[in-house]
Amino acid sequence: MTRKLQNITQSKGPAALTILLLLVGWQLVAMSGLVPGYLLPSPVQVLHAFCQDWNTLWSHLLVTLQEALLGLVVGVSVGFVFAMVMDAWEGLYRACYPLLIISQTIPTVAIAPLLVLWFGYDMTPKVILVVLVTFFPVTVGLLEGFRATDRDAVALFRSMGAKRWQIFCYLKVPSALPQFFSGLRIAAAYSVVGAVISEWLGGFSGLGVYMTRVKSAFAFEKMFAVIFLISALSLLLMALVGLWEKKMMPYRYIQKDEKKEIEKHES
Amino acid sequence: MERLEISKVSVSFGTRQILQDVSLTLKEGELVSLLGISGSGKTTLFNVIAGLLKPDTGSVYLDGEDITAIPGQVSYMLQKDLLLPFHTVEDNVALPLILKGVPKKKARAEAVSHFREFGLEGTEKLWANQLSGGMRQRAALLRTYLFSSRVALLDEPFSALDALTKRSVHQWYLQVMEQIKLSTLFITHDMDEAILLSDRIYVLTGQPGQILHELVIDQPHPRTEAFAVTEQFLNYKKQILVYLKEGQ
Repeated sequence: MTRKLQNITQSKGPAALTILLLLVGWQLVAMSGLVPGYLLPSPVQVLHAFCQDWNTLWSHLLVTLQEALLGLVVGVSVGFVFAMVMDAWEGLYRACYPLLIISQTIPTVAIAPLLVLWFGYDMTPKVILVVLVTFFPVTVGLLEGFRATDRDAVALFRSMGAKRWQIFCYLKVPSALPQFFSGLRIAAAYSVVGAVISEWLGGFSGLGVYMTRVKSAFAFEKMFAVIFLISALSLLLMALVGLWEKKMMPYRYIQKDEKKEIEKHES
Repeated sequence: MERLEISKVSVSFGTRQILQDVSLTLKEGELVSLLGISGSGKTTLFNVIAGLLKPDTGSVYLDGEDITAIPGQVSYMLQKDLLLPFHTVEDNVALPLILKGVPKKKARAEAVSHFREFGLEGTEKLWANQLSGGMRQRAALLRTYLFSSRVALLDEPFSALDALTKRSVHQWYLQVMEQIKLSTLFITHDMDEAILLSDRIYVLTGQPGQILHELVIDQPHPRTEAFAVTEQFLNYKKQILVYLKEGQ
């Protein structure tokens, strides 16, 4: 127990301290009057705005979360299918992989208005945009994982008469899990940002819409409040991915002490 | 009839010939070693026997049936133990049965029923990476045995172990072999290991690799470590050294 506590203070402690110092510094700068209050609200003002507007923020948050999650699920599925077929056919990999890279160089803000023109102001264009930004890290992660599968392990499976689908399901997929989760964590963070960006450029609800509204009202403290909320939402999704990762790959999180204990037991 | 027969196998990669007219046989219950320096094509020969590689010429017969370039006929234990980190020990061992379509529960039960015999009891639910080197070898060997009890190909199975562990694993291995009577073809570059474990030794030399000599180790089983310090043991060793030198 004490060791656990120690671990937390050791790993997260310095970062928490930095954040705290930044907040205190920010508060001091705001209070000193060096920067006009309407340009830089103090953390306390931001917190106040956050509490005051909570009901509105919550309803917008639900919309954004829905778009982000739906887009993420579709994006991950698309990413998986892409990685699977490109791994199975080398020719397809060579033909399509550069295209995938190019697709990621197109700025999101440039596609979003087009999507709004094509699909209207409701949820569809937002989900599509989230899919576009989330499938890529998943595809790349999985592909890398599939291709890095131990060749000798593949030879072992073949020598046991394994069929292609068996090698894929029983060897390649579990081998690629670490890379998959790295990709998924990035995709989770992108999904919220993607949804917000698409809301800026057209829509009736969502945190991005709220953002554009408070911006035109020059309500800077509300602007900061929503920025923190979006950031927290991304962190929450990433943390959920982390939890899932631990559940799927318990063998990666065996304590070193536990390992030693077993060796002692053997000898 | 021979259990396994390799007849005049030749393999080349591009212009480089790896194996030339290699022939050998393996009887039921026999342990035969393939001894040679690295680069003499031992592993290539195993890939041919396992059906992973099609030879340019020559054939592989299992109980008289032509199995050239047909994988999934003999058990093959590669140089690395290749235990999968994402499975428990029992699931790793049960893998060949699961690939054959045996339901998971049944495969696991079948695998676990051999754990005592292989000195693996108590490790069923551990992750593969929690095992020590010697235990990993045992698990890999049991996995090999569960795939097929007809013929096993073992490619330097003990080369990654340190000298002391290797000695105890040898003793253990000789005991297990007494019980399971597996027909085994065994790659090694360790002369002591070959003499201690084998009924016969083929010496593979040259580039391309050829089998020019065969040595019968006419000693009763089970052999103990005491055998390794006898005059006879040394004579076998001298003979092998002569064969290896001739091949260069």
